[in-house]
Amino acid sequence: MAEKKVYSKLGEMLAKGEFILTGELEPEKTCDLSHTIQEAKEMAPYVVAANVTDSPLGIVTINSLAASHIIQKEANIEVIWQLTVRDVNKLGIAGMIMGGHALGLRNILSLTGDHPNMGDMPESKPVFDLDSATLCMLVREMVDKGTINGYEIESPPKFHVGAAANPNSNPMEAEVLKVGRKVKAGCEFIQTQVAYDLEKTIEFLTALKRYNVPVLLGIFPMKSYAMAKGFDTFVPGVDVPKDVLAKWKSIKTDYKTDKVKQKEIYDQANYEFFKPFITELKNKDLLGGVHCMAVHYPRIFPKLIEVIKG
Amino acid sequence: MIVTTKKDFEEIEDALKSYNNILLIYCGTCSVTAQCSDEKSVNEMLEHLKNAGKNVIYHQEFKEPCDFRQDLQDWRNVPQEALDKVDAFLILSCGAGLQAMLDLFDRKNIFKPIFIGLNTHGIAETERIGRFHVKCAGCGDCLLNYTGGICPVTSCAKGLMNGPCGGQLDGKCEVGKYEKDCGWILIYERLKKIGRLDLFEQLRPAFNWTDRGHQKSVVFR
Repeated sequence: MAEKKVYSKLGEMLAKGEFILTGELEPEKTCDLSHTIQEAKEMAPYVVAANVTDSPLGIVTINSLAASHIIQKEANIEVIWQLTVRDVNKLGIAGMIMGGHALGLRNILSLTGDHPNMGDMPESKPVFDLDSATLCMLVREMVDKGTINGYEIESPPKFHVGAAANPNSNPMEAEVLKVGRKVKAGCEFIQTQVAYDLEKTIEFLTALKRYNVPVLLGIFPMKSYAMAKGFDTFVPGVDVPKDVLAKWKSIKTDYKTDKVKQKEIYDQANYEFFKPFITELKNKDLLGGVHCMAVHYPRIFPKLIEVIKG
Repeated sequence: MIVTTKKDFEEIEDALKSYNNILLIYCGTCSVTAQCSDEKSVNEMLEHLKNAGKNVIYHQEFKEPCDFRQDLQDWRNVPQEALDKVDAFLILSCGAGLQAMLDLFDRKNIFKPIFIGLNTHGIAETERIGRFHVKCAGCGDCLLNYTGGICPVTSCAKGLMNGPCGGQLDGKCEVGKYEKDCGWILIYERLKKIGRLDLFEQLRPAFNWTDRGHQKSVVFR
């Protein structure tokens, strides 16, 4: 078998089979990325790469191609460009992939994207000319064959492409088989939705073993009780365990007069929750790494490095 | 059937605002089933038009307005004196019905404004009167052989070729606040029941739009 080509640090680490940590950056409805760049700088020493989101929940934000380029350049962090098929047709996306390469991006996370109906421009046309699997196919054709629809690209792009999966999905088998399709389409890594249920996660990851694709488990360290409660309430299909919510609530109450201490305790509580969770999955050889989806919480990364070590 | 619903009369009134003598034509097929051109609906429309100060000079059912051949026959019953007076036509049919009638008007050298009174939603299953489900997008490249007979174009909010997406929760779709079924979970369940999950595992290419849409005709002789 030919040696796998490597185009990025992420690609290199995946090829080596290293256990990796990735982060997430969520640019907002603004043309000024200075806050996100600052967050990226704080995160950069700890992660292999960071995802840059593409108008999540269908709420319009600065374009993820532009944001990815600027963040990568300004914060000296490798970016995983989240590219949804929601807003642009196949022709447009092929052009964006070449543009992304020209702007120095080397990793794509292929996503369907939340329906426009969910967001702040619900009257917008839902495109979905491709889906997350056929976007992987397009990237692979452009990168591996150097063609688009069989037509030669003079100087083809170089990208690694990953996709998403949801360990909480019910029925689980449909989700597992869908991952199989994505791998068939050329997806090189999976980043999952946030999971808190260890047993279910073990079952899901065990089922994915047959596809031999590195899986980065989505985790959401909770910066505060409000964040934990909000996540539990507003993210469909993800339940924060009741004992976790209770613990975070008690931290909120017990340390309300000492905010510095409160932060330390929250960080430590995240460590204590995620360390055994991740260690168990790692010991079972079910994970290729961890993807931290907690945005605006860069101070947790030194702790997360401790979580994934050992 | 082709499922239609009634436009708000305000929109129709606005379209007709410069015209007084109206000739009303209504579908005798699908739109009757959809209760948009049945007797009660036609009487309601006549009442609305009267209240809006319009003079309905003539009205007639056309058996199947989308069928040009049938239109030629039905046209014979439209009296010449009505055509002499007419300012505008109002049609209660699907969009194909009105446009077939345009061809008829061209043939008859009638160049008067023609307006539609209904909205057309698609090719639908009739569960019962008042419950219609759009099942077919008429895309010209039927995928039902791969999906256990359930169309991903009409049953998936995103029309995905490889679903489900991350927006399904316990078999329900994010679009519409998890009240409607996720089309791809329906496909999965159907294929599982008939022992054909091998089809679910197949990676489907992106839809080929080459031959879809623009001024499409089916001509075989």
